Amino acid sequence: MEQATEAPLKKTPLNARHRASGARMVPFGGWDMPVEYSGIVAEHLAVRTRAGLFDVSHMGQIEIAGKDALAAVQRISSNDASKLAVGQAQYSGLLTTEGTFIDDLLVYRLAPAHFLLVVNASHIAADYAWIAEQIKPAGDAVAVDASSRYALLALQGPAALEALQPLTGVDLAGIKYYWFAHGEVASVRATISRTGYTGEDGFEIFVPPQSADRVWQAILESGRAAEVIPAGLGARDTLRLEAAMRLHGNDIDETTTALEADLGWIVGWKKDDFVGAAALRAQKANGVTRKIVGFEMLDRGIARQGYDAYVGGSDAPAGKVTSGTQTPYIKKAIGMAYLPVAHTAIDTEFDVDIRGRRTRARVVPMPFYKRQR
Amino acid sequence: MASYPAGYKYTKDHEWVELAGDRGKIGITDYAQQQLGDVVYVELPEVGAKLKQGQSFGTIESVKAVSELYAPVSGEVVDVNATLKDKPEVVNADPHGSWMIVVKLANTGEAGALLDASQYQDLVK
Repeated sequence: MEQATEAPLKKTPLNARHRASGARMVPFGGWDMPVEYSGIVAEHLAVRTRAGLFDVSHMGQIEIAGKDALAAVQRISSNDASKLAVGQAQYSGLLTTEGTFIDDLLVYRLAPAHFLLVVNASHIAADYAWIAEQIKPAGDAVAVDASSRYALLALQGPAALEALQPLTGVDLAGIKYYWFAHGEVASVRATISRTGYTGEDGFEIFVPPQSADRVWQAILESGRAAEVIPAGLGARDTLRLEAAMRLHGNDIDETTTALEADLGWIVGWKKDDFVGAAALRAQKANGVTRKIVGFEMLDRGIARQGYDAYVGGSDAPAGKVTSGTQTPYIKKAIGMAYLPVAHTAIDTEFDVDIRGRRTRARVVPMPFYKRQR
Repeated sequence: MASYPAGYKYTKDHEWVELAGDRGKIGITDYAQQQLGDVVYVELPEVGAKLKQGQSFGTIESVKAVSELYAPVSGEVVDVNATLKDKPEVVNADPHGSWMIVVKLANTGEAGALLDASQYQDLVK
């Protein structure tokens, strides 16, 4: 959890609603955010079995538009945006020239030459400055930090569709995974995207900030019969970990490449030049020396971010845990860690130092949780 | 508003101790469990461990974080609540009934300096 900083915390349009609803608020990435309402475990289970509603308005929105917008996006985003139809989204990375992560993001194609990038809250200003600089050579394209124009709600879980459908004329079943549609929700202009960060079916809903509270209330009301509940960042973190989705700042950052993070699938290998391409092509040719793994604990204990990992009985740390907790749904102590590539095969055992105690762990396949379709 | 048993003594670190003769039963307060959130793991010492007042005697973990448990009194651990190994969530459900360890007090006078229920209530209100 990030510590409070000197600067005053930013508030989403739903801040007063969270406080009035009795949410526990914490500083997160410079924002005053709800970490839990009814408890992380209850909220996590609600999303796995019914649905939960998250305020993720702290996320940033950067729009890139202009005749050469595609070329601009292709330069700064690792994935291949030329594969996106209008109405489609993809996961991607903003990489350094070393192929490491400045940030991870979703890229939405709003129009042939108009893209929306959704980036992490604590990186909005840095991402925007970097993008604006990097796209200059791309020609006729301009980047705008549009974060203040959007509130973003995430309705996640198997009951998401039935809770949201009564509020919109958009045929939600017709929106495929990682596609989006424009329409209205509770009579508010909205973009509805079938995406999420929980490993469940669900929707992320972009609405004007001044209407966020109306939409929030309408969704909870519509979802009452299905027992849809508000959920906080705590459950969001445990849900995304079970689904093995990387968290920037934990599992990926400026020290880890897309290949080391096992995210080669978000690299547009067939694209022309993009930032990080040369380094990643070289690393692909030579092979990585370390790689991210998913693990579960064999001994009792919870391995958490920053704990050292040891392989082959050596006393020198060989890697680090990047995320880890006891997860509510699969009820196991799981996590992700970087290990030397020779020790990353499934079933390989290794040790984690849990506050001075060597504790046995085993490499397991990711994701840890996969929903039944 | 939680009710804090009048017969217990409390620490500023949010542990309670229930004294009976030369024995002290130790747990964490309702305020502490609320701050922690869902408890998923409790690590406790073995019977026979010697504790000094204010020293860490174990850890308690919620989904989000790890916290140290501090001994409210000095003494030798004579019993450990084995239930918490498999059902750590009872700490949330019944914090003042979910004792963690029992110590044989090294110094029965030591507990006198701890907070009583009303002083503790003032601390956390």
